[in-house]
Amino acid sequence: MAPLARVRNWLDERFGWDELLAPLRHKTVPIHRYSYWYFLGGITLFLFGVQVCTGILLLLYYRPSANEAFESVQYIMTQVQFGWLVRSVHSWAANLMIFTAFLHMFSVLFLRAYRKPRELTWVSGMLLLFLAMGFGFSGYLLPWNTLAFFATKVGTDIAGQVPFVGHRLMVFLRGGDEVTGATLSRFFGFHVAVLPGLITLLISIHLLLVQRFGISVPARIEPEWKVLPQEKREMRFFPNFLLRELMAWYIALGVLGALAAFSPWGLGTKADPFAPAPAGIKPEWYFLFMFQTLKLIPAKLGMLDGEVVGILTFSLAGLIWLLVPFLDGTKRTQRLVTGAAMFVVAYMGAMTAYGYVAK
Amino acid sequence: MHCAREAEVAAPGRRRFLGMLLGGGLFASALSFFYPVLRYLVPPRLTDMGGDTVVAGKVGELRPNTGKIFRFGSRPGLLMLGSDGQYRALSATCTHLSCTVQYRGDLRQVWCACHNGMYDLAGRNLSGPPPRPLEQYDVHVRGDEIIVSRRREA
Repeated sequence: MAPLARVRNWLDERFGWDELLAPLRHKTVPIHRYSYWYFLGGITLFLFGVQVCTGILLLLYYRPSANEAFESVQYIMTQVQFGWLVRSVHSWAANLMIFTAFLHMFSVLFLRAYRKPRELTWVSGMLLLFLAMGFGFSGYLLPWNTLAFFATKVGTDIAGQVPFVGHRLMVFLRGGDEVTGATLSRFFGFHVAVLPGLITLLISIHLLLVQRFGISVPARIEPEWKVLPQEKREMRFFPNFLLRELMAWYIALGVLGALAAFSPWGLGTKADPFAPAPAGIKPEWYFLFMFQTLKLIPAKLGMLDGEVVGILTFSLAGLIWLLVPFLDGTKRTQRLVTGAAMFVVAYMGAMTAYGYVAK
Repeated sequence: MHCAREAEVAAPGRRRFLGMLLGGGLFASALSFFYPVLRYLVPPRLTDMGGDTVVAGKVGELRPNTGKIFRFGSRPGLLMLGSDGQYRALSATCTHLSCTVQYRGDLRQVWCACHNGMYDLAGRNLSGPPPRPLEQYDVHVRGDEIIVSRRREA
């Protein structure tokens, strides 16, 4: 017997290997004109893996303190061999991951893949998206440069505007009343310990649910296949779809490598808490639409602070987003959800573009 | 998207060629991926800031028959003032397992606390596990500064 087959037999005798892998072998992927959207979740997962690997590499040299953080990142980028590449890949993959996660979310939304029985898959996915944004927000501060310092000041200040619990939330995030080295320690802890733990748990749940329910047939395709059953086509997940997915990962890696090598991420200047904020302080692009909206809201709206109204509106919108599967019942609400989703895409796109152009 | 069509059975030669092309491409990709990672893991050499000469202390700082540890580059050195009034300096890194040694006034010897290694004032290993003598440094007094420098070979 070949050595590989013997190892396989050994494992199978003890763990029932073949039985464990059976669901994977029976799993199929529907084939239709929207099938390409199925790749996005996998690509996001791949980019997350890249983040874990490059994050661990960065941990070997990074020092999380206000006195050393900037210098250690500078050291990584100038002294350590290929350090510039590792850091650049980490920054680029972070942004691409958020981007593909958003695309994945919108594709699920427009194909209405969150329908019964997949409501909780949607909820776990939305929580993953929020966590990914938390990763972005906490990671942005770690190089301790001017832009990140003021973006964190603004971001945590916005959290401080939340009614009733705002101040406590802000102090919790900052580790004090101001953004200081204590904030850096905290954000580092969130970024490398708290969030990774949570996201690992949630990814496991998300994937288990996907495995349990199988892959959704889009709402528009399902009735077509009911009428014409001979049109229905499927592909085996293993190995047919998986090989295609691996090809997508390979392309993603190529894009990532090209972006990181030809457009390396900058570092800026070291944060000085006692210097005035420079012009053009902006958060990462995925927070830009909220940032720009808050800038446009007048200081007072009737009795309420403009900021508070903005924050409450976004929180409420986020909550409704999270609960979309439970709102989508009748034909009318379906049309409402799709309409609202289209409006949100247009709004986010326009506000992000405006935020880029605006001074 | 189409299912893989298996009707077309490629000639074995062509199949092997394509397999080699694919395998070779993947191998090259993996190589270009892991090479930077392996290089990244090697820490950059620190520039030795101390050079070969360092101010180890001030005259009058040490009482006779005592010693002190000073920084020599990134490693510790041991400066001693003997009861004969002479300064001596040695590497303070034990040649056994790299603990930092100390001067024992009661024994008039250099002692390593980790495994009870003993050296004399010239750094020669007398007893215990140390396999080699400690490196000796030159000591000069310039003004009120005690200058320690590495011995030039040859």
